[in-house]
Amino acid sequence: MNPIAPIPSAPVPPMGEGVFALVFALLLLAPLAIAGVALINNGLGRSRSAAQALLGNLAIIAIGAIVFALVGATLTGSLPGSSGSAGFSFSAAGKSWNWLGAGSFLLHGLGSAAPQMQLELLFEFLSVAMAVLLPWGSGADRFRLAAGCASAVILSAFVFPLVAHWIWAGGWLASLGVNFSLGSGFLDFGGAATVHALGGLSALAVVWIAGPRRAKFPKEGLSTAMPGHNAAYVLFGCMLALVGWLAWNAAGAILWLHAPLTALPGTAINTLLSASAAIVATLVLTRVRFGKPDASLCANGWLAGLVASSACAAIVTPGESILVGGLAGIFTPLLVEVLELALSIDDPSGAITVHGAAALWGLFAAGLFASQPGQLLAQLVGIAALLGVILPLVYLLFALLNRVVPFRVDPDGERMGMDLHELGGGAYPEFVIHRDESYR
Amino acid sequence: MKYAGLLVMPAGFFLTIAALVLFPDPARRALFVICGLAVEGLGLVVAVRGHMLRRGASRP
Repeated sequence: MNPIAPIPSAPVPPMGEGVFALVFALLLLAPLAIAGVALINNGLGRSRSAAQALLGNLAIIAIGAIVFALVGATLTGSLPGSSGSAGFSFSAAGKSWNWLGAGSFLLHGLGSAAPQMQLELLFEFLSVAMAVLLPWGSGADRFRLAAGCASAVILSAFVFPLVAHWIWAGGWLASLGVNFSLGSGFLDFGGAATVHALGGLSALAVVWIAGPRRAKFPKEGLSTAMPGHNAAYVLFGCMLALVGWLAWNAAGAILWLHAPLTALPGTAINTLLSASAAIVATLVLTRVRFGKPDASLCANGWLAGLVASSACAAIVTPGESILVGGLAGIFTPLLVEVLELALSIDDPSGAITVHGAAALWGLFAAGLFASQPGQLLAQLVGIAALLGVILPLVYLLFALLNRVVPFRVDPDGERMGMDLHELGGGAYPEFVIHRDESYR
Repeated sequence: MKYAGLLVMPAGFFLTIAALVLFPDPARRALFVICGLAVEGLGLVVAVRGHMLRRGASRP
């Protein structure tokens, strides 16, 4: 099986009807990845916040999609504007730096756009839905619904379009190959940067601003263990996510790498191998460290393998895919532990590690194993942009938003649980709600 | 301290961009891109350290 080697600035062949139908069908399956992640995040949270968490998932996806249609799609520049402008750019050092799109307003001209553009836009809608969802899981049990929706507005209106334009719509990162002879430019066919790195870094900003759950880090002693309330949700979510991820990566390979149909089985196999290697590595590591495998950490490892595959499944060989997934599976439980025990970062869903760190590792690996010269440097420049521009930008925007719409629920609400406080009823009304020992 | 760290991170990014523009030689370019990433990493460490100090001061 030969990995795909994209050619910089190669002319894109027109998309045939059969390929259009196939990609459209794949994109209809891709939301299973979002459903899987939502179920995992819900299971990793506490039972007294389960209904608020799932309702929040739906509300955040809905608001993200609407705001992206109203504002974000224009700034992404997926559909050409009436003036035919390629976007906002400036010239420096004899090169054009395209940094923001200027597409059609309110998706005008969608019906008459080329089939490839229509599918790219659908892919971006699914990507924005996933990206805005990730910080919600990290803020579980204390992140207010209104604040979660407001953060989705910011991400889908401005931050996601910025990153998506840079990478997918002819922006400066996509042009690194043409402008500076860095391989094929920054490669991200499955949304590792636009979705997972952005979501993971946004999750870090949310956790920093909202702070840890009450009594998570007592003044003396180690952090308090707050296990998820439903391991079955978490593990079933992993299986659901696999189906979505297979479709997502295959669709992304066709849309962004212009891969031939014969390359799709290899992309799917690499996706599966990456996740498999990751969960085996996490299982062995937690078995060695704790005496028994840890279900939630294994789920995190599986998801980290899938996230890493989003960056490189279409580019690497099966052996390399196992290596990428295996390393993701090893560092995921270790980093989760370091964040919680050493750095006092309370991330119930593990999104910072699973989506943020694993995506950055996958993007690096895509450059490491690519056949084109300069590809690794292009990937490093993309990672530098995510860490050096997007993380500070998201933190600044979220910190300002926090002054208008406070992220954190009041202490009384946290004690009652988010379900009772925000919705007036629990997810499991027939269950006895146990008193939390940490509040005595 | 957290804000200082977050301000250092864009500085690392601009170092990376400067490397692309100033150095056509691949080896030097790669070295400066890595230096830019190292500066970003330093900024992240400072920001995380600032977060830990604030949390330590406000623990119940």
